Amino acid sequence: MARIIVVTSGKGGVGKTTTSAAIAMGLAKKGHKTAVIDFDVGLRNLDLIMGCERRVVYDFINVINGEASLNQALIRDKNCDQLYILPASQTRDKDALTREGVGKVLDELSADFKYIVCDSPAGIEKGANLALYFADDAFVVTNPEVSSVRDSDRILGILASKSRRAEQNEEPIREYLLLTRYDPNRVKSGEMLGLEDVQDILSLHLLGIIPESKSVLSASNAGIPVILDEKSEAGQAYEDVIARYLGEERPHRFIESKQGFFRKLFGG
Amino acid sequence: MSKNPQKMPNTSSVLEFKSSTFFSPILILHSNDLAAIEQSLQEKISLAPDFFKHSPLIIDVRTLNEFNQDFKVPEIVDMLRKIGLFPIGLRGGNDQQNKQAKKLSIPVDTGQEHENGAAARDKNSSQEEKPVVQGNDDSSAEHNSNNAGCQQESKATAAPDSAEKIEQSVVTTVPARSTLISQPVRSGQRIYAQGDLVVMSQVSAGAEIMAEGDIHVYNTLRGRALAGVQGNINARIFCLDLQAELVSIAGDYKTSEHITTPMQKKPMQVFLQDHALIIKEIA
Repeated sequence: MARIIVVTSGKGGVGKTTTSAAIAMGLAKKGHKTAVIDFDVGLRNLDLIMGCERRVVYDFINVINGEASLNQALIRDKNCDQLYILPASQTRDKDALTREGVGKVLDELSADFKYIVCDSPAGIEKGANLALYFADDAFVVTNPEVSSVRDSDRILGILASKSRRAEQNEEPIREYLLLTRYDPNRVKSGEMLGLEDVQDILSLHLLGIIPESKSVLSASNAGIPVILDEKSEAGQAYEDVIARYLGEERPHRFIESKQGFFRKLFGG
Repeated sequence: MSKNPQKMPNTSSVLEFKSSTFFSPILILHSNDLAAIEQSLQEKISLAPDFFKHSPLIIDVRTLNEFNQDFKVPEIVDMLRKIGLFPIGLRGGNDQQNKQAKKLSIPVDTGQEHENGAAARDKNSSQEEKPVVQGNDDSSAEHNSNNAGCQQESKATAAPDSAEKIEQSVVTTVPARSTLISQPVRSGQRIYAQGDLVVMSQVSAGAEIMAEGDIHVYNTLRGRALAGVQGNINARIFCLDLQAELVSIAGDYKTSEHITTPMQKKPMQVFLQDHALIIKEIA
């Protein structure tokens, strides 16, 4: 049986797709057969971030509607043969998703894969609800600012009440926090919420802090998941996230600001 | 529900009558100004939209008739239905008003004080219970909290003897049911407890917890907390850290703007004293 992970946030633009791509690649690189599904029907992005947009033939909706088989629609990643992408449909909308259809696809994938990563759309409507409905684990992606924290809190409420596990009274979804676009300098100057402020409200198991990094944007533009950029801080941070998720103990990094030599010297 | 005609096993009849008691808010009108009533109700509803949505309601017009304020029952009923409430009874109407109500299939109650009728009910004398649509006459209407003319009264909790004892009896006759929540109450979640509510975890901003009895939060309270929602003015709210968006006891409320607590991270309590909402450190 596969473990189903939903990457969710409520708010848009916080880094769900970047995170989905990175963690799916991270898990696959560790040798686990992983599928990543784009639930953002109508606003297909994951294929761009994964760099497979030119190989999309069939999509998630085609599979749900029985117009293509799963094998026809799954795209094997060019960097890692353990990773497969199921793109969203760009020409349809979220109404094309049905709970039965999504459940059937996830069931079929479960037989063959170790991890299934569901890249949720923003919002708390149908697409987001279906992305989280079948989840076993939730990666809640949050930016260190109040509205993102509030929206994450809302999503946590939905995870706890409207998921399959909640409805069937099973063991609740395991919830993890991923604090993205974190900038210690701006936290220090009070422009951004700090880790403690966020945890004060969400009190979640922290899986990792992803520092604000130029490498994220360039990786997205290049269509290479940022975790493959081992030199970048964001890449390393995602690497840590995967290790922690798989049970390894690693100290949290990127919380404190790096003090440059001159800054130290002049107390800047 | 199956559409096939079936009977439950072990029953000889297709139906049975049982006497039961329900809780229902009573809307006491102090004015015949429909627009003002509607506005006031809308404000009330916006505080707890889910609670009021499709809520049954008994209209009490005794005050209006006492002061000879003219009104038409259909107009009031139309207005209530328009804003999503279900009027299910009229109390204290005159003959003409009762006729209008009956025309709308709304049961009426004469509004006289039943010394030995409804008021004699307590939880031990269920044979005297009346269906809810007839309203209840435990005369606790006198204890209104003057809150936008809308008041929730508790039924079936009336003391056997005098009206003065009602406030006491509300505490003593409500069965000791309490709801325990150990998970965090997240933004957007709502919890309603018929007795007391105990929350072991935090209550987030944007969450709403309501109880007919007391509310205890053994963590930070950031959302809305409404205790005594059926009119129990002795209900209290306790929490370890008060950062609530709104606190309310029996309909009297304060929003965060008016909650000035210099004592953050200190155990606090909220209660009513002489119709004033008091927020105080737990000494």
